[in-house]
Amino acid sequence: MTKIHVSTTVNGDAAEFLCEPASSLLDVLRDTLGLTGSKEGCGSGDCGACTVMLDGEMVCSCLVLAAEAEGRTVATIEGVAEGSVLHPVQQKFLEHAALQCGFCTPGFIVAAKALLDRNPNPTETEVRYWLAGNLCRCTGYDKIVRAVMAAAAELRQERTPA
Amino acid sequence: MSSTTYHAPGTVEDAVALLSADPTARPLGGGTDLIVQMRSGRLNPGAIIDLKRIEGMNGVRRAGDAFVIGAATPCTALKADAALAAAWPGVVEAANLIGSVQVRNRATMAGNLCNASPAADSVPALAAAGAICVVAGPSGLREVPAEAIPVSPGKTSLGAGEFVVEIRLPAKPAGGGDAYLRSTPRTEMDIAVVGAGVSLVLDGEGTCTSARVALGAVGPTVVLVEEAGAALVGTKLDDNALAALSQAVQAASHPIDDKRGTVSYRKAMAGVLARRAALIAASRAGAKA
Repeated sequence: MTKIHVSTTVNGDAAEFLCEPASSLLDVLRDTLGLTGSKEGCGSGDCGACTVMLDGEMVCSCLVLAAEAEGRTVATIEGVAEGSVLHPVQQKFLEHAALQCGFCTPGFIVAAKALLDRNPNPTETEVRYWLAGNLCRCTGYDKIVRAVMAAAAELRQERTPA
Repeated sequence: MSSTTYHAPGTVEDAVALLSADPTARPLGGGTDLIVQMRSGRLNPGAIIDLKRIEGMNGVRRAGDAFVIGAATPCTALKADAALAAAWPGVVEAANLIGSVQVRNRATMAGNLCNASPAADSVPALAAAGAICVVAGPSGLREVPAEAIPVSPGKTSLGAGEFVVEIRLPAKPAGGGDAYLRSTPRTEMDIAVVGAGVSLVLDGEGTCTSARVALGAVGPTVVLVEEAGAALVGTKLDDNALAALSQAVQAASHPIDDKRGTVSYRKAMAGVLARRAALIAASRAGAKA
């Protein structure tokens, strides 16, 4: 079996790995690079627990071959906080108790941040449609949506020049 | 899956050579069907030929007033192309009903077409719009109407070594409009129980001069219903014309009973959706006249 050598960028740092041709990006992130924040829920693109950013667009990393990451830029949940300072989306998830078991949370946070990065003032409807590809079986979604709306409000405040 | 190899050729010719060399090789666009099928064991390709490193494969180009959509262009990028979204809103909306944002950032219309699911959302819209696929293969390039690519669930008319390079949409005709509607229990992350695409042209008086109607999920492939288009031509889409459209659509629908819908529901909804899509297409045609 010939392994493929891949050079890529993960959370701003150069990363290199060897992978099987059919390995998913999720497999490599978790098992080779030790970035276990992204979760495998379904492995078929339905649940969004493996959501990462690939060249600035959110994708299900279970449906990306690791070999495709050659020369691309990957951003995962591990890169969302700045050191020990949580991103407002993360902080609001805690404050609003927007998680119970937590398995879906990394995917939701990556997806919610992707929305707020491009639309700092989404309506609740826009939040719900944007997050339709992320499944949560605990919360019933309401607390998640409220946390994202609260994070959006806080980010707007931060971005407003004093 | 153990013997799979991965290739990312830089040219169409190299991709054709790689696909020709192994009858089990599969082209990779967005991977949202291919990788799922590999994981489930349904497919075990000897080689995966990633098309995304080939120049021109990812993005929308203009050819005069016509549009050329590279095979590896994700659905989200169609929405981001303002000229395409203005000219063919039905096609762009259909492609952006597929899956979730995550899926649409990868999934392509060429993949949706070549996966050959009868319920593929973008396919009735493409067929209604008169989309032409450019297919590359060992004997060069050939052009195939979108509706002639799928031949049965999961099967295409593509020969050994062939793959879709690009999808061409004609220039928007003066007085033209298109629309696609589907019926699903959920608005997102669902598969069409029935889909209907309509593309039509109205003259300055509001009389329909041409119309194409295509259906999804009511047969083994997309169904282009010539009688349904003919029912609209020469009319101003009055109630009689719309009733004739619905009747023609129902007559051309041969769906199956499955967990998503029954035969009678699908036939009835095909008529309803085609009628509604025709009215939306007409309002779009009128708005631009």
